[in-house]
Amino acid sequence: MATVTQELTTPVVRPHLARQTAAFAVLLVLLAVAVVASLCVGRFSVPAGRALELIWQGITDPARDLTEIDERIVLLVRAPRVLLAALAGAGLAVSGAALQGVFRNPLVSPDILGISQGAAFGGALAIMLGIWGFPLIAMVFLCGLAALILVGLLSRINGRTETVTVILSGLVISSMFSAVVSLLQFVADPNTSLPAIVYWLMGSFATATWDRTLVAAPGLVIGAFLLWMLRFRLNILSLDEAEARSLGANTSLERWLVFGLVAVIVGSQVAVSGIIGWIGIVIPHAARLIVGHDHRTLLPASVLLGAGFMVIIDTIARTATAAEIPLGVITALVGAPIFTLLLRHHYRERAGS
Amino acid sequence: MIGLTEAVVRFGPRTILDRLSFVVPVGRTLAILGPNGRGKTTTLKAVLGFQRLDAGSRTAPDIVGYVPQTASSNQRYRAIDVVVMGRAAHLGLFGQPGPDDFDIAHAALERAGASRFAGHFFDRLSGGERQMVLLARALATGSAALVFDEPAAALDLHNQERLLTLLNGLRALRDKAIVFTTHDPNHALAAADDALLMMPDGQSLFGPVMETITPGHLERLYGVPMRIVDLPGPGGDPQRAVLPAFAGIRAA
Repeated sequence: MATVTQELTTPVVRPHLARQTAAFAVLLVLLAVAVVASLCVGRFSVPAGRALELIWQGITDPARDLTEIDERIVLLVRAPRVLLAALAGAGLAVSGAALQGVFRNPLVSPDILGISQGAAFGGALAIMLGIWGFPLIAMVFLCGLAALILVGLLSRINGRTETVTVILSGLVISSMFSAVVSLLQFVADPNTSLPAIVYWLMGSFATATWDRTLVAAPGLVIGAFLLWMLRFRLNILSLDEAEARSLGANTSLERWLVFGLVAVIVGSQVAVSGIIGWIGIVIPHAARLIVGHDHRTLLPASVLLGAGFMVIIDTIARTATAAEIPLGVITALVGAPIFTLLLRHHYRERAGS
Repeated sequence: MIGLTEAVVRFGPRTILDRLSFVVPVGRTLAILGPNGRGKTTTLKAVLGFQRLDAGSRTAPDIVGYVPQTASSNQRYRAIDVVVMGRAAHLGLFGQPGPDDFDIAHAALERAGASRFAGHFFDRLSGGERQMVLLARALATGSAALVFDEPAAALDLHNQERLLTLLNGLRALRDKAIVFTTHDPNHALAAADDALLMMPDGQSLFGPVMETITPGHLERLYGVPMRIVDLPGPGGDPQRAVLPAFAGIRAA
């Protein structure tokens, strides 16, 4: 009987594995090409070989004085920016993938829990009060977390939290915070703080420096790493409540663990680069088409694709026109059509099956 | 061993379970019968530990192998990846299934008669095939208790026959405590040792199938006149069957 099983399952399982390996190879190459291209192009273009050489020197001898102009551009301007964009894209994509699994809803994104809008409120308030630097980042992060806690309190009815009440509470808290952000914009000084708030809200990596990148990196890396550690558990949490519990999951506690990690990721990202929409919803869908729904492969694929996509978008944002185009504009312009295509593909396939 | 002792569940003013007691030791199979809305699902939830008891207690292992009627995930997993989820309780929060877990999952699929679906997408399987995969997942938990929620409800006659054969196969090994709910007393006769009849008046009756599945009890249970007939089974030995004596039969 065992040998019969082998014969029957192997032909199906093996191409599955080969396909996955090929998909990850392609995603890795895509990310590498995007990173190198982004280091090279711009108003001051650097040949790819030279860019890689400079990066290598930067890694092996980080304390070296940077005298050449191409050294300074690649290592001080483009490298931190590319790294921040890659980490932010990876973080947003993996957050989206995790949330869509936990909510069993493919239309959920990190914005849905109110974290983005809460964080945006913190940032706008800080800018209006003239607070910059690390205190701004702290405020953004705390307000994002506060929004999540509010959603948690609001959605807890009779000691139990249903998925749908979490989504509804998220919507309520989101729109409340976005109303307050509008109010802040309304009362902000139109000559100084208003443009700063508006530009920050639209999202940009233009202000990326090594300092800022290093401030955001721990939250993004640790959050994404812990979500990746939870990848098999996310498969369990994507089942319905009774099934997940019968398999030994403490569903409500574990869901909030996922939400907390998403808050850490989104808070870190919003703090240094403002609100960047669409990545958290488009990338997991695209990754699902490539490697399937299993979170054990979906999460790493989302990380690679999100990082690559974000780097490409950011490169377009800074090179397409003489001035920088806000990221939020490009992610929406690119993301919305892609999302429409993915959605139509999804439902056509579902209708066909 | 799995069971309830003097369990009470109230929804507002309604008492759904009124001091309900039953016990299923390892090696026996219990069929739960009752009219719609009488609390079969609540009983299962209580046994699984998902329903808070207002009084009384529950006896069950930490993990109970649960076979839902349908799986509700919208995610597209391969059948083998669904089955390996049964290992979750052994792996903990950050654990990943390893080769051993996949071996256990493959063995469970084989025991459920679903090996050929291992590499197929779960959401592309038919209802009966999905149920076999979900049974494999419950077996992969390694739990000594299995709970089936209306396993025959959505199955055609052929698949009912297959399910009952499967249940009987599990029962014959006498290494699990099995509970299933059903609308058809014939399923209790075919695949259970004991039956729990949840009467419409709030009473319940628990005992061996031969003592509980009788025309008198079933008439009280469903409010329909019932007949029991003994028919020659496929092997020639007599087989008992329960029939509702609907108006049409009387007219004939």
